[in-house]
Amino acid sequence: MKQLTLLAIVLFFLVLSGFAQQPITIGFTVSKTGALNVDSLEQYRGFELWRDQVNAGGGIKAGGKSYKVQFASYDDESNSKRVQQLYSRMILEDKADFLFSPYSSPLTATASVVTEQYERIMLTTGAAEPKTYTLGNQYLFQMFAPAPEYLKVALDALKTKDPKATVALVFEDSSFSVAVVTPAKAYAQQLGFNVVFSEAYAPNTTDFSAIIDKVIASKATVLLGGGHYADGSTLARQLYGHKVPLKMLTLLVAPDSSQWTELGDAALGVMVPSQWEPQSAFKAQYGPSGADFAKAYTAKYNAPPSYESAGGYGCGLILQRAIEQAGGIDSAKVAQALNATDVTTFYGRTKFSTAANEHGLQAGHSMVLAQWQKDKSGKPVKEVVWPLAGKSASLIYPIH
Amino acid sequence: MSGILASMIDGVLVGAVYGLAAMGLSLIWGVMDVINLTHGSMIALGMFCMYLLFGALGINPYGLLLPTMGAGLLLGFVIYWLAVHWVVGRSMLMSLLSTFAVNMMVIGIGTAVWSTSPYNVNFVLPGITIGAYTFTGNHIAAAISAVVIALALQFFLYRTRTGKAIRAVADNREAAELMGISSTAVLSIAFAIGIALACISGALVSTLFPFTILSGAGYQLKSFVVTILAGLGKPFGALVAGVLLGLLEGVVTPFIAVSWIPLIEFGLFVVVLVAFPQGIFGKRAAA
Repeated sequence: MKQLTLLAIVLFFLVLSGFAQQPITIGFTVSKTGALNVDSLEQYRGFELWRDQVNAGGGIKAGGKSYKVQFASYDDESNSKRVQQLYSRMILEDKADFLFSPYSSPLTATASVVTEQYERIMLTTGAAEPKTYTLGNQYLFQMFAPAPEYLKVALDALKTKDPKATVALVFEDSSFSVAVVTPAKAYAQQLGFNVVFSEAYAPNTTDFSAIIDKVIASKATVLLGGGHYADGSTLARQLYGHKVPLKMLTLLVAPDSSQWTELGDAALGVMVPSQWEPQSAFKAQYGPSGADFAKAYTAKYNAPPSYESAGGYGCGLILQRAIEQAGGIDSAKVAQALNATDVTTFYGRTKFSTAANEHGLQAGHSMVLAQWQKDKSGKPVKEVVWPLAGKSASLIYPIH
Repeated sequence: MSGILASMIDGVLVGAVYGLAAMGLSLIWGVMDVINLTHGSMIALGMFCMYLLFGALGINPYGLLLPTMGAGLLLGFVIYWLAVHWVVGRSMLMSLLSTFAVNMMVIGIGTAVWSTSPYNVNFVLPGITIGAYTFTGNHIAAAISAVVIALALQFFLYRTRTGKAIRAVADNREAAELMGISSTAVLSIAFAIGIALACISGALVSTLFPFTILSGAGYQLKSFVVTILAGLGKPFGALVAGVLLGLLEGVVTPFIAVSWIPLIEFGLFVVVLVAFPQGIFGKRAAA
């Protein structure tokens, strides 16, 4: 009898330890302050919603264990020096098992130097510049479609509406925007457009008067460019204030934010290349549907999700799936699972390149083009207008 | 209308606001020999003062310049007695450190309260359209306001007893005290006026561009250029120098990338320091 009791106790503890919840620490920085604050916060909300839902469901279940997700997170002040310090701290002091990227390409490039040095997996989101993935990194995996894809959708749409349009490129002098605009300029010329003006502006620019005067003088009918929220929203507002007669205005990143409606009439007609929109009807093989994600997000934050939010949540989902497939949190096994990933979630298809010269670069995700229009009640609403197969409304052209 | 003319007009309009922003710095520097490093954060507080008042009252923002000035004066007195009075007349490094410390405190508190997200004063005045170019009503109103405020300050300094006392203390503090002027009172008034001018210029900028609590730093740098250009203690000269700086921006931007402007501005800063150490409106030293 004693032996049986002992056996029962041992079995009980074995079972208990088998299903015991272990914490898994994911480190990342958020730009709570500084120029990237708005976009970074939306990305963070995506991470946070994923964590809360995973933990509410009992954690990530892999290899007979259940891992509760906890974050080690700090404010990077939109500053790459802080990123370098903080990613080292999260690895060495907080013992982060995995890392998510900060928001933006420059900050992510800085963080990747640290994470590769310590051979820690970092899933990147909010960072589309592709150069970082050509440096031989082995533990870096990109969620966003790479930067050269951004303006292709806008130029393809423009080609169908106005093949004789004259194009101005006005963009933030940052690695992301330059990585977007440089191939876009070549693509525009390849499509036969006349690029009549091209100029970069400093990231902290608030007065665009001089550039706007140049755009008017160039007689451009279409403007493509921008950078992030602060500069993009300012540029749109001032273009509207100066009554620049543009037929099409496509800006990077900024118009995707729900805050964009604060621009009033200046917000209308503006387009944004987007990594994801709530109308995107991807049939999820893993994780929630787009509608469920949008509903949960809106309920929690009282605002619709942006593509930065979706990227944040998607980042968590892909890591979760890789941990499940690896049967644990061993870095080498999880990296192997990520290399083999080819899955469609609510966010779209995710597949990482395994080619030696671009390891980790996103190879499966595609972009859409969204435009701010008025709904039937006159309220501003963001509609998917390209590609035609996935559109929720027709492209309005010209906007003025 | 040609692009260069439009660019020059835009430059002059925004230059008037640069000038107003520099007037406060110039006044304090000239009268007290204190380089006020709270200047940028005071400009930023002026922006938020306008934002909050406009949000609460919803009236024409140009009518809110007076309460902003009142708040600036009050704040100026507080900062003077807390951090500046004790270092006036001592090494310039002391006043630099003291005002820098206040600046960091204001930035820290402002960041905690408002974060560094951009804010806007959503008020649009109809503009004037000439050909393909539109000059926004907000720019025109801000430039006119800046000129009116500069003229009022000029009147105050040259036509009122307190203004004359400020000039007297600036010229020779000991002689002014011998004439019965309380230099301490005068210095506190001059400092408060300088801060009020920074706040008003911030309030005007907030009607033109989006801003954060960190936005004052850029205007502080421009204020240094304008102050050096005008010569220390020449508030009205600062307005003219601000307009000239804006005009320079307007003239060169059609021909070069906008990102080169700071290089030109600070190149000018060095040239003026070397060639005209008294500023272009300052008195030449006797040979």
